[in-house]
Amino acid sequence: MMDNGQASWRGMGLNDDEYARICRLLGRAPNRVELGMFAVLWSEHCAYKHSRRLLKRFPTSGGAVVVGPGENAGVIDVGAGETLVAFRCESHNRPSAVEPYQGAATGVGGILRDVLAMGARPVALLDSLRFGELREERVRYLLSGVVAGISGYGNSVGVPTVGGEIQFDAGYRHNPLVNVMCVGLLPRRRLTRAVAAGPGNAVVYVGSATGRDGIHGATFASDELGSKSESRRPAVQIGDPFAEKRLIEACLELVDHGHVVGIQDMGAAGLTSSCAETAARGGCGIEIDLDRVPQREPGMDAYEIMLSESQERMLVIVQQGYEDEVHEICRRHGLASASIGVVIGEPVLRVRHRGEIAAEVPVRALTDEAPVYDPPAIPPADLKERQALDLDRLPQPGDLGQVLLKLLGSPTVADKSWVYTQYDYEVGGATVMGPGRADAAVVRIPGTERAVALAMDGNSRYVRLDPFTGGMIAVAEAARNIACTGARPLAVTNCLNFGSPEKPDVFWTMREAVEGMSRACEALGTPVTGGNVSLYNEHEGTPIPPTPVVGMVGVLERLDDAVGMGFQGEGDLIVLLGETREELGGSEYLAAVHGQVRGAPPSLDLDLERRLQAVCADAARKRLVRSAHDVSDGGLAVTVAECCLAGGVGARLELSGEMRADALLFGESQSRVVLSVREEDWPAVRELAQERGVPAAVIGRTGGRELAVNVNGRWALVVPVDELNRVWRGAIESLMTGPEEA
Amino acid sequence: MKCAVVVFPGSNCDRDAHRAVVDGLGEQAVCVRHDANDLGDVDMVILPGGFSYGDYLRPGAIARFAPVMEAVAAFAGEGGPVLGICNGFQILCEVGLLPGVLRPNAAQRFVCRPVHLRVENAGTPFTGRFRPGQVIRLPIAHGQGNYFAPVEVLEELEREGRIVFRYCDERGNVTSGANPNGSVRSIAGICNRRGNVLGLMPHPERAVERYMTSTDGLELFRSVRDWLMSSRAKAVTGDARQPATAVDGRPTA
Repeated sequence: MMDNGQASWRGMGLNDDEYARICRLLGRAPNRVELGMFAVLWSEHCAYKHSRRLLKRFPTSGGAVVVGPGENAGVIDVGAGETLVAFRCESHNRPSAVEPYQGAATGVGGILRDVLAMGARPVALLDSLRFGELREERVRYLLSGVVAGISGYGNSVGVPTVGGEIQFDAGYRHNPLVNVMCVGLLPRRRLTRAVAAGPGNAVVYVGSATGRDGIHGATFASDELGSKSESRRPAVQIGDPFAEKRLIEACLELVDHGHVVGIQDMGAAGLTSSCAETAARGGCGIEIDLDRVPQREPGMDAYEIMLSESQERMLVIVQQGYEDEVHEICRRHGLASASIGVVIGEPVLRVRHRGEIAAEVPVRALTDEAPVYDPPAIPPADLKERQALDLDRLPQPGDLGQVLLKLLGSPTVADKSWVYTQYDYEVGGATVMGPGRADAAVVRIPGTERAVALAMDGNSRYVRLDPFTGGMIAVAEAARNIACTGARPLAVTNCLNFGSPEKPDVFWTMREAVEGMSRACEALGTPVTGGNVSLYNEHEGTPIPPTPVVGMVGVLERLDDAVGMGFQGEGDLIVLLGETREELGGSEYLAAVHGQVRGAPPSLDLDLERRLQAVCADAARKRLVRSAHDVSDGGLAVTVAECCLAGGVGARLELSGEMRADALLFGESQSRVVLSVREEDWPAVRELAQERGVPAAVIGRTGGRELAVNVNGRWALVVPVDELNRVWRGAIESLMTGPEEA
Repeated sequence: MKCAVVVFPGSNCDRDAHRAVVDGLGEQAVCVRHDANDLGDVDMVILPGGFSYGDYLRPGAIARFAPVMEAVAAFAGEGGPVLGICNGFQILCEVGLLPGVLRPNAAQRFVCRPVHLRVENAGTPFTGRFRPGQVIRLPIAHGQGNYFAPVEVLEELEREGRIVFRYCDERGNVTSGANPNGSVRSIAGICNRRGNVLGLMPHPERAVERYMTSTDGLELFRSVRDWLMSSRAKAVTGDARQPATAVDGRPTA
């Protein structure tokens, strides 16, 4: 008997201490339904057991923040009158590793509903993706499936996928990362919270019927992958974008209608979490009758109904007496809806099924009493060794032109149009800068001249080598991307993707990264409004590279000021803002050309970073810049090459300095931006930079059909733009289609 | 001028089309639900892009049975201009107002990007402001835009000048490299015999503002307005709503 019992809680992902704690909270042993409810709500995914203390370090208020962490999405005021911006990002890593199409598709569906739950219309999606190396067939299968899933779902619901980023690294071979960010707009009066308040109010179920899919998805998401993971496909949900589209339209009409008290997505842990979390926020309880829940098949028991993660469902708390109007709106949108219960004063979640009480649990036991762990944190034993990089022993390649081509052809740097042309990035008619055009996506706020600038960023190599600096850089680079478009960075969401927090080195890395991110968020004035944590990203005991991903929103006062990354024509001056140091640690160059991930990542001066970003935004507002592109993966040479490729024009650079040519061209010193400006505007740009104490220098001129770089009076490289284009544009396409043709 | 934008469950360019007419063109637009029995007093109908009924089964295959489609067919029968964009084009083919079908793209992938189009017939109600042979730029975004029809139908379309737009390169050359989806004869848009029903895969409603791919889409909407004004003028002079001459002056059926 005891053994069976242990098997059941352990099988659900709870340890023996946690089980004992549940018994203590209830004053008795839980039944199977109750145990399942605790297991999902106390999973890492829902309860942040290992990360809760760390997350408290993020600055979360001030500035533009209207709603901070704790709701379905953050909300900020971008100065667009009555229009607010809701946004959040979330991971769907584990499901995507097992069933890439549905895993990614339902990741999109879930984050859309989180933004919808705030009363916002979703207007933009971005994705931050990580995969292994494309020469492996399985990785290609995962990439195709994930991209098709995002495309199939996002395109169909009519929300444009406007941007994002992808990196390829062997460390993600078994654990691809799929982090999706959604941005929505709402009129201030429609701001809705996920709260169940007012005893007597109705609990209404809206959307698709409940089936047996996705049971224990949240638990699965908190577990490691192994050789048997593919057998867990039934824990992956199936998406129906047509139902989601109707759900979006119906929910927006419901919140406009005015009798909605609260609304929440039935996402991870389905009915269990939506009831428990809304009740906890309202300080109330909820009583529901599962016999009234729309069901896809007969014979489902209470455990299955409570834990199902069937997609496209929302829980709506409706003012007493207005249920019929809610049902009528749903009916007109072709959606099922049912009054399944009532808000009660007693703070318990009571579940009835077939005339009996199937579960009765104090709400706060589920939501607030989950254990919080403070696991040991120890730096990785080989950290010092990883950080060591002796440049004197690093040979300098003879042909730097070949190095540039190699970097441009590496999938992390190469053209991503194979991916983004599969996304409808223009539906909605508000896309000012879509993928590949600028450092951040720019989306108009309809009815105004304002726009939001959106970016996602993260560099696991830096984090692996120095998590504090890597964490700072993730935030700084996202903000810099936003600033390059001319926008002002405002607020942050994030996904923290790490291995098992029970490993002291993993937990130390995560803690340092969060500290670094927090420091940068404070310095740049961009508070964190929410996000998610994805832990236990391991395959057979090996963790993924530590990957904090930052999603950022900024505002552009006039959309006509938006600056792209491509050179605009011949004869403009090329200006470098910032300073190049001899920094090759953690660079793409070191990895792609020398096969090494080592050294200290580039240093970051947050004060200089802030001033640099202010110069970019000021220069854009004064219409002084023709293009702006931040220097990141691949360094200055790759950055200028990308400006040439985006603009279809060559460039001639003249650089000088004492440092090694490879560091000058391919080092990734932070806080640098390449601008192109008309000759007559250069004095004004120089003055802006001087006022803010930001180094600025003319390093060349646009024009011609080749990229030619002269270092200290010698031609370091001369490559035709057509050649750059051939290598850069064809890289991913040929990897994805090549082997099948062969 | 007043334009009806038909909204099916799963339409997702309805708001964009509405905005293109109201903000871009400066005219009126109303949204009409799929289950409406009449369109109201309107001068033009748009079947917008999207995934009506999820595009489950086949794009447009379910939408053709929506009650509103009878009213749309009647409106078209009276010579009123009907514009089907993307999913709207697919619906027009399914319902039989236009010939042919739209198959999955040859590359088997959704494709979103700007394309060049050559205006093959500048004599339709939708293209009056373009020059014959003019190269315009509009975005596409579809998974199933690969136009196909039997050779007899294609010959008829050619003969009657009903191929309105073809995919081409920036200089106007119709090449296989410039064909984004494998459409037979690089067909991007066709009209009915009378010329008042146009279906096209590219999105003119996404090319109406200065920050978009181009503003060539606005010229298409302006063409319709011009045509309506001139046909109204003719109506005043006793010439009933003009059966559009689809092709260089040839009589239409």
